Amino acid sequence: MNTAIDIFTVVAICAGAAFFMAGSVGLLRFPDSLTRLHALTKADNLGLGLIVLGLLPQADSLLGGLKLVAVWLLVQLASATVAQLIAQALRHRGRGT
Amino acid sequence: MSVIQALDISLAVLVLAVAIWTIVSRDAFAAVVGYVAYGLLVSLVWVRLFAVDVALTEAAIGSGVTGVLLISAAVRLRGTEAAVAAEWPGAGSRVLAAALCMVVTAALAAVVLTMPDPGATLAPEAARHLAETELGNPVTAVLMAFRALDTLLEKVVLFLAVIGVWSLAADGNWGGIAGPRRATNRQGALAFLAQLLPPVGIVVAIHIVWIGANEPGGAFQGGAILAAMWMIVIMARLAEAPAIGERRLRLALVAGPAVFLAVGLMGFAVANAFLAYPAGLAKPLIVFVEVFMTLSIAVSLPMLVLGPPDRPSS
Repeated sequence: MNTAIDIFTVVAICAGAAFFMAGSVGLLRFPDSLTRLHALTKADNLGLGLIVLGLLPQADSLLGGLKLVAVWLLVQLASATVAQLIAQALRHRGRGT
Repeated sequence: MSVIQALDISLAVLVLAVAIWTIVSRDAFAAVVGYVAYGLLVSLVWVRLFAVDVALTEAAIGSGVTGVLLISAAVRLRGTEAAVAAEWPGAGSRVLAAALCMVVTAALAAVVLTMPDPGATLAPEAARHLAETELGNPVTAVLMAFRALDTLLEKVVLFLAVIGVWSLAADGNWGGIAGPRRATNRQGALAFLAQLLPPVGIVVAIHIVWIGANEPGGAFQGGAILAAMWMIVIMARLAEAPAIGERRLRLALVAGPAVFLAVGLMGFAVANAFLAYPAGLAKPLIVFVEVFMTLSIAVSLPMLVLGPPDRPSS
């Protein structure tokens, strides 16, 4: 049972890391700011989400698990807001580069 | 080499690389972004050194609050940047600056390399007397009991820094609303965040102050989170910044150092020494002082970020 949980953790965290990798590649390779922003939010949402999902079975208490979920939700909120603010600033300047 | 070691080494290399990038960057805003990233990486280093208290403070103050402060400074200085970039120092002063930097680096390296191993430490002493403070977190015990004088002076310095910032105000603006005039239009996304986040942030901040007695946390980390919540509300224009002449604001600013000093002076009467706590009452007194310190920190940091008032009070 423990091994199964550990395998789940490793698989989920690797998948999360893959999303971070893809997000970073997108940040470096995409042509303009709006698409780069799009790539970044994927890393935050899915990448961190999968990492938290993988860590959940390893939490030593219910409270610890809730804290992990709270971290994910707070990062979601922050990254969504920052993405909106950057996009707004870009539109204000009238260019997407 | 184990995986952990490899990660530690890459973290160290990354910190150095970001530090160099921050210094080399010619654009002030980019340098500030580099500095914030540097602060977050350094807080990871502190976690790896098992200094979670320091990591929390570095992330909140070193990266967070200082980051906001430097971003507003960079935005304000944007107009002058071209003129500064045009000024290129002569060969003589550049050689001199390089030589000075190398001497400082060499001196620091010499000091670090000649340190005895294991270094002189008071950690066993602190751990042995931890029980007398009734606290479970040795860092809080050092900050609030063994080296309480340092912490008290640190709070006074923070207060003096606020006075320093305020003293930059023009005569006519004295007592006015802190910080530059802001546009009144609200930005939807930021206003949404400023409405959603503070209830969560306030609970987290109080939690961090409270568990600081036994686990990593404390007045500075909790106060910084409270300060961040207030700053978000001000930045989203949901509330106006306070006028620096306001009595409540000034009371909140002095509350921390004043209560700490009063408890310290009380130590003369009840425990025969300045900043000594009577046996059995150490923990309640420390928590009492920390509550007021949190309030002062939560008020001081936004005052430092907002800057001096630039419009009259009424």
